[in-house]
Amino acid sequence: MGNTVIEKIIKNHTSDEVAPGKVVWMDLDLRSARDFGGANVVKNFEREYAGSSVGDRSKTFFTFDCVVPAKNVPYANNQQICRDFAEVQGIRVFDVDMGIGTHVLMEQGLVLPGLIVVGTDSHMNILGAVGAFGQGMGDQDIAFAFKTGKVWFEVPETVKVEVNGSYSPPSSAKDLILAVLNVLKTERALGKCIEFYGETIEELPLSGRITVASMATEMGAIAAFIPPGKEVLQFCGERSGKKKLTVMNADEDVSYADELAIDVEDLKPQISLPGRPDNVKPVDELAGTKVTSVFFGSCTNGRFDDFQTAANILKDNRVAAGVMAKAVPATKEVYGEMLKTGVLKILFEAGVIVSNPGCGGCASGQIGMTGAGEIQISTSNRNFAGKQGAGETYLASAATAAATAIKGQITNPLEFV
Amino acid sequence: MARPKNIKGKVWVIAGKDGLLVHDIDTDQIFHNSHLAVTDIEKMGQYAFGNLKGWEGFPEKVGKSDIIVVGKNFGCGSSRQQAVDCFRSLGVSAVVAISFGAIYKRNAVNSGLAILAIPSMEVKPPLQSGDEIELDLESGNVTDLTRKVVIQGNSASKVELDIYEAGGLFAYGRTLKT
Repeated sequence: MGNTVIEKIIKNHTSDEVAPGKVVWMDLDLRSARDFGGANVVKNFEREYAGSSVGDRSKTFFTFDCVVPAKNVPYANNQQICRDFAEVQGIRVFDVDMGIGTHVLMEQGLVLPGLIVVGTDSHMNILGAVGAFGQGMGDQDIAFAFKTGKVWFEVPETVKVEVNGSYSPPSSAKDLILAVLNVLKTERALGKCIEFYGETIEELPLSGRITVASMATEMGAIAAFIPPGKEVLQFCGERSGKKKLTVMNADEDVSYADELAIDVEDLKPQISLPGRPDNVKPVDELAGTKVTSVFFGSCTNGRFDDFQTAANILKDNRVAAGVMAKAVPATKEVYGEMLKTGVLKILFEAGVIVSNPGCGGCASGQIGMTGAGEIQISTSNRNFAGKQGAGETYLASAATAAATAIKGQITNPLEFV
Repeated sequence: MARPKNIKGKVWVIAGKDGLLVHDIDTDQIFHNSHLAVTDIEKMGQYAFGNLKGWEGFPEKVGKSDIIVVGKNFGCGSSRQQAVDCFRSLGVSAVVAISFGAIYKRNAVNSGLAILAIPSMEVKPPLQSGDEIELDLESGNVTDLTRKVVIQGNSASKVELDIYEAGGLFAYGRTLKT
């Protein structure tokens, strides 16, 4: 019987037998830690491997993205612990000006199709957007990986999700993945990998693939894989300087743990209700719900395309009185593009508060936390109780968030197209 | 010396007012993101379940060697190790769940916290808070000694048992010939 793509990637990184349920030791291509978890990684490393060097400094990175620049002393201390360790070890730090680690690693041409990358960010499976195997892990795993270049791994089963059907803007990749999440919930892909196929997926730009892969975490999935298309290969080739990139395909006779096809023909804008990312409804059902706060950004929807979408709707409009609208670009590069293209000016003039790049409110970090009684609509990925503050958070696309910002109540962005 | 694969302790069933196990308890409910800068394990216990409605006072009530029983997808969300280490900090000896979030499961194994999944467990579990139970990590058997009930859970894989017995990933790593 053949192998899934995920199994093939793992096979390329181990000498152990690869089959679902088998435990293998994987050789890693990259490992990273960030400002949350990073100090614990250093602490674990220094306790367990005192005085020794990391396994391979060229494959080891720090990416600071949660609380950037540090807004309190504990985070400032933790970041400095990482910088000091990096200096001694000769490891590269993408510091507090650079943005979200997973995005930075892709922009820097470090993550390529078929690679295995682990880090302290639970959304590492975003790297499936470029056909890599990304997995978030805890401090001990990453400290161990810094030293040995390996991790143990139970080969997961794989679920095949095929998405077909066409839809038009303002519906977007976020609406697509919320619709998929509504079907998979947190059960069908829990502890498994997801391979995404279908014409709708093939047509997504890199930003949309990032959105799709990021939400696999909310399905309980270990990793997501999207076969790299022309745009992705060109992006990876240009960024890495590599002329030839290897693309793997699943074997034809492969057997998946679960297969499902989802039709998104004429997909309408979708929204997750507070408390659970998988409690998804069409935006129209919630239309009219008053909001006090709007957040654009995060590793799910912090790309330039997302801010451009928001700007197209916010142009010549104003954020409603009483609404605090906040935008946080995923990376410095995204921020630069917003500056050059005038998107930043449109957001500024519409009354959006634009911050420097980073994660936003997801880890009590920069701007984006809510107070009790606040109702927020956010383009991020999680709305568990207390995650983005004491208020209630809805999850939606950049277009829905922009329309909602203008009206001060949940609004189908179709009104502004 | 290898740690015992049999674990006995008093149970805390993490259920709602309806008596049903709580599902999808995420890492922010276990160890809220406002405490992420804490790196000292001794200081983590006080925040356990600090954001889980109805269980905020858990750290004061739980005793050493107690066992927690929870619902599906326990520990979903963040990769933060503190969501495991806060229980080790309190002396909790094991967590039994219908299922675990993938990263949480890894973190627990690596940290040396015993975990046991019982996919067949009903939402209204056959054991109650205060019961004395015994886990056999090797066979996956969970015995409620108070009620004389045996429930079959998943046995641990060899690497999970090896890491557990060694006392965690680092200790286990030192036994490898790499």
